[in-house]
Amino acid sequence: MVVAENLTKVFDGLTAVKGISFTVERGERVGFLGPNGAGKTTTIRMLYGMSPPTAGSLVVLGLDVRDDIRDIKRRIGVVPQETNLDTDLSVRENLEVYANYFGIPKKAAGGRLHELLAFMQLEERANTMVDTLSGGMKRRLLLARALLNNPELLILDEPTTGLDPQARHLIWDRLKSLQEQNVTLVLTTHYMDEASQLCDRIIIMDEGSIIAEGNPLDLIETHIGGEALEIRVAEGQREALQELLVPKSEYYEVQHDTYVFFALAADELMRAVKDAGFEIEYALKRRSTLEDVFLKLTGRRLRD
Amino acid sequence: MNPLIKTARSISPAGVIRMWYRNWKIFRKVFWFAAAPNFLEPVIYLTALGIGLGLLVRDIEGLSYVQFLAPGLLGSTVMYASSFETTYSSFIRMKYEKTYDAVLATPLSIEDVIAGEILWGATRGYINALTFLGVIAVFGYVDSAAALLLIPLLFVFAALFAIVGMIYTALVSNINLFNYYFTLFITPLFLFSGIFFPISTLPAWAQKLALFTPLYHVVLVCRGLTLGRLDQDVFTSIFITVALTAVLFLIPIAIMRRRLIK
Repeated sequence: MVVAENLTKVFDGLTAVKGISFTVERGERVGFLGPNGAGKTTTIRMLYGMSPPTAGSLVVLGLDVRDDIRDIKRRIGVVPQETNLDTDLSVRENLEVYANYFGIPKKAAGGRLHELLAFMQLEERANTMVDTLSGGMKRRLLLARALLNNPELLILDEPTTGLDPQARHLIWDRLKSLQEQNVTLVLTTHYMDEASQLCDRIIIMDEGSIIAEGNPLDLIETHIGGEALEIRVAEGQREALQELLVPKSEYYEVQHDTYVFFALAADELMRAVKDAGFEIEYALKRRSTLEDVFLKLTGRRLRD
Repeated sequence: MNPLIKTARSISPAGVIRMWYRNWKIFRKVFWFAAAPNFLEPVIYLTALGIGLGLLVRDIEGLSYVQFLAPGLLGSTVMYASSFETTYSSFIRMKYEKTYDAVLATPLSIEDVIAGEILWGATRGYINALTFLGVIAVFGYVDSAAALLLIPLLFVFAALFAIVGMIYTALVSNINLFNYYFTLFITPLFLFSGIFFPISTLPAWAQKLALFTPLYHVVLVCRGLTLGRLDQDVFTSIFITVALTAVLFLIPIAIMRRRLIK
């Protein structure tokens, strides 16, 4: 579906993407994660021709992005990060104009349009002007628009940023049912829950390179173990706690006065703490999350 | 490969028409509250200056003032309508409404988008100019069947100003910079291209300068053809405007590619 080899992008001397290689299989759902400036948006912009690669090769649907971008764009759908609907037009007219860019004949477009409005729960809004829609409805319309040409590959740049939980869940639900129709998804996101929910495979980027890749659960297991113990003990005992638990953990972090130890089984850590008679002020056992992995791999430094 | 040849090869006529159609569809929808007043503007000028000022001004080149003025305003109508479209309107679509980003995710190329925008800008100018031509014909200010030649030519003139506007748009980063375009370029053209008075009243250097500006030639052709004064200058000016339009057409498209596809 997508094969990138040594893909590189340089803007005015600044290397945004540093020779990355990855593949996306048909029907797969792949998420790009990374702090701001990691190169994920640049990477997906290269997929649909908005940004020609500086070096390396990028083949989408068996076609080279440098030579056949028009044919590639006929067969993919793009949901942009920023809303770019035609604000002077109604919901239906937006879809009609967009179908026209693909040369979809009016009659065929009519049927498809009806289907998509139903699929995105926008039927009752068909004649509403776009600028009066809520953020969630606009995003649903963007998704409907990207599906007009029955794309084989759907590219989404932060599909739910800025939406309320209800709107996010509706979008997730729709994206899951697209996967049942064997549509391949490539998305970027800042939300770890979104990535865990939607993606079969995650590619974590930082500073233009891929630093980790895999299924969400595998990533958690390999990098930090499946469970976490958040614990705070009396001030004088902290060093002793660290000495006791660090050898038993895959990884640990200090968040202000609280430690988080990651291991395969948090119970064992807890038992060790109790046996040693520490004065526990706060303790919480939980599953480790993708966010823990992400912060371990990319650090806590702000990127803006 | 020469970048202009590459630009020409990246244009698909179907894509251009589709981009044009988007703008046409919106124009029809918003016509009554957004576009209709533009048609009245030249008529107001013609009435105020032709009748008001006309009473005080002697005949110019054997014409009453309003007869002299009417074809000149035809030229400025073409210029204003198409210039606005490919400057402010196109810039808003590009930068604020992100329309180009939306369209570029479809099979259209950046070349299709910009060529479609230029074609649309030309259409806007053309619609206004044809309407105004009809108005002055009804008022009896069109004396010659040669004016029929304006039916194709007005489209070329409109395209010329659409292209020049798009070149400026491709180069500026801030919407306020269009003030310079209109104040320092369009307004002087409007005032010194022979619309309100013959440029023979200007100093010799200013007359020479006028020869290098597009509106001077457009006004000369509009006046020559509506009045049936078909001298050598009219044909020279037709040639210059048509050639200039053809030569400039690909330039804004090539600049826009460099700007938007990074």
